[in-house]
Amino acid sequence: MVLFSGDNLRCFRGERTVFANLSFCCPGGGALLLRGPNGTGKSTLLRLMAGLLKAENGTIAWDGADIADEPEDHNGRLHYVGHADAVKPVLTVTENISFWAALRPQQAQISDALAAFGIDYLADVPGRFLSAGQKRRVTLARIIASPARIWLLDEPTTALDAGAIVDLQREIARHRANGGMVIASTHAEIGLADAEILNLDAFQLTEQAA
Amino acid sequence: MSGFWTIVRRDLKLAQRQGMDSYMVVAFFVIAVVLFPFGVGPEANILARISSGVIWVAALLAAMLSLERLFQIDFEDGSLELMALQPVPLEVVVMAKITAHWLTTGLPLLVATPLLAVFMNLPYEGFWVLVLTLAIGTPSLSLIGAIGAALILGSRRGGVLLSLLILPLYIPVLIFGVSAVDGAISGLSVKAHLLIMAGLLVAALPLCPWAGAGAIRQALET
Amino acid sequence: MIFHKYANPNRFLKLATTIQPWAAGATGLFFVTGLYFALLASPGDYQQGETVRIMYVHVPAAWMAMFCYTAMAMAAAVGLIWKHPVADLAARSTAPIGACFTFLALFTGSLWGKPMWGTWWVWDARLTSVLILFFLYLGYMALANAFDDPARGSKAAAILALVGAVNVPVIKFSVDWWNTLHQPASVVKIGGPAIHSSMLVPLILMALAFKAYYIWVLLIRIRGEINAGKIRALRLRQVHGGPPPIAARPSQGVN
Repeated sequence: MVLFSGDNLRCFRGERTVFANLSFCCPGGGALLLRGPNGTGKSTLLRLMAGLLKAENGTIAWDGADIADEPEDHNGRLHYVGHADAVKPVLTVTENISFWAALRPQQAQISDALAAFGIDYLADVPGRFLSAGQKRRVTLARIIASPARIWLLDEPTTALDAGAIVDLQREIARHRANGGMVIASTHAEIGLADAEILNLDAFQLTEQAA
Repeated sequence: MSGFWTIVRRDLKLAQRQGMDSYMVVAFFVIAVVLFPFGVGPEANILARISSGVIWVAALLAAMLSLERLFQIDFEDGSLELMALQPVPLEVVVMAKITAHWLTTGLPLLVATPLLAVFMNLPYEGFWVLVLTLAIGTPSLSLIGAIGAALILGSRRGGVLLSLLILPLYIPVLIFGVSAVDGAISGLSVKAHLLIMAGLLVAALPLCPWAGAGAIRQALET
Repeated sequence: MIFHKYANPNRFLKLATTIQPWAAGATGLFFVTGLYFALLASPGDYQQGETVRIMYVHVPAAWMAMFCYTAMAMAAAVGLIWKHPVADLAARSTAPIGACFTFLALFTGSLWGKPMWGTWWVWDARLTSVLILFFLYLGYMALANAFDDPARGSKAAAILALVGAVNVPVIKFSVDWWNTLHQPASVVKIGGPAIHSSMLVPLILMALAFKAYYIWVLLIRIRGEINAGKIRALRLRQVHGGPPPIAARPSQGVN
């Protein structure tokens, strides 16, 4: 069974230590929910897992191998959903999604991805006409359009309505049933009741540690 | 390599749909050159004497103006961090974006050159050498400028800063470009100039995407 | 919340405290003796007369201009590769000093040029190269200070310093080429190959004075940067680390 894990991570950003001594572990099919007040480093940890940031200390490993050794391989097995939607205003929804899918080795049907989030009727609409919620659906459809083992979701439900959250719950369940893993920071209910919870408040350095 | 062409095609499509970009660069190029007859007077001899330098400097400034947006828009809307998270090496992404930049700005500049050569009364012997030096030189400008465009990501005052960073680095390309044209006009051999320019391009081809990718990585660490 | 090693490189501070007075002393000593020889105890040039004394400032300044850029690029490389925090600060702190030396070289060159060439500025290959070097310094400093997070500015500027360092020989070569093409009026090179020892002594003393001055000011600047980092860390502690410990609070008054 594959394992996505981090060991003894310490992250330093913007001249302060965000967290330290943090370890996590997520098996195939598993889910990890990041919790903690603002500023405790939920987004930082997700970016660290994606390889966008480097840890000051500690390693993140896929199946025992440090992800920093083969960054392109790691990129190939993850999808990252950040705060920005990266939807180009002059490209249609289909063009937006197929561009990202084309950069990856495996692709699914774009139409299936659109249908999963109920935006198949928007397929030929340029991005500039979309509402914030619709753009978010496009972003989520992007990660369905090419399969990847790890989903890193940073507040995925921002701007989503109840219907879209149901779609997201269903897709997450399907992804996990296929052996995928989900690591998310959210306060909304996205069908991760059985997820392991990582509370980042526990890894803040105290005054005494200084 | 398929990732490379996917990004080039996408950037060309973006440039074509939001239009204007190439058009504005060429318009700037033409207007900047046309200012000179007003500044130094319409005397044919003087214009001919300074034509190669003026056209080259204007081309350099025009190429630089469009560079600010090379990574900026993708950086702001989150596309750049997603590109850094694809199984395509970031250096290839940078190279693809530089290629698209050259196709949408460097190439149109070349097309506009004959018009400006006529305006500036450029002697005929220098014309083809001018086109050739621009053809070899403008890719170097895009390559070197890409480093600057990557370095200013997330900074205050991007555009002015960019010119301060890269104009000094453009000086060698300018010197050899202009002196090749002047050499051709005075009937000298220009092989050495062209070879040096080609050498600069060959050196910039691997180094600039590498440095640019490094600059983007540190920009994304925020 | 801890101070990162960036904000608290104690070992460096200890070393700096030891070296700094020595550097200051050496600066004073070399300047006094150097200026004595340069201005009083050395002969005027048979061709250039008293203006040759400008050379004792100009030449060491030009040397320092190149030296500082090299030092800055090397510190930048160390900072990028080994992520050494003091190296980042050293690169950042060297830039304004190097820019001042470069400006001094240009300025004194111009002063010397007026009586020698009859004009304040000549597009001589050396002057032109130094002018471009000055622009490289300006670009570095502008980039280093263009970000809200100084660490980010240091990193971006470090990449620029390395790109610049690769380019300096290319620029030098192209400017020499350009200069031979557009041969200007014959130029008296500052400091020909044969320098009499009476001129060499003040030159070397002044060069040593400039170098000691560089080390002295560099240490002051790095300490300043470290203190600025500590202040920022304290501010951040207010934002992220909850209220400050009771003892650290002002005894009375809230503003």
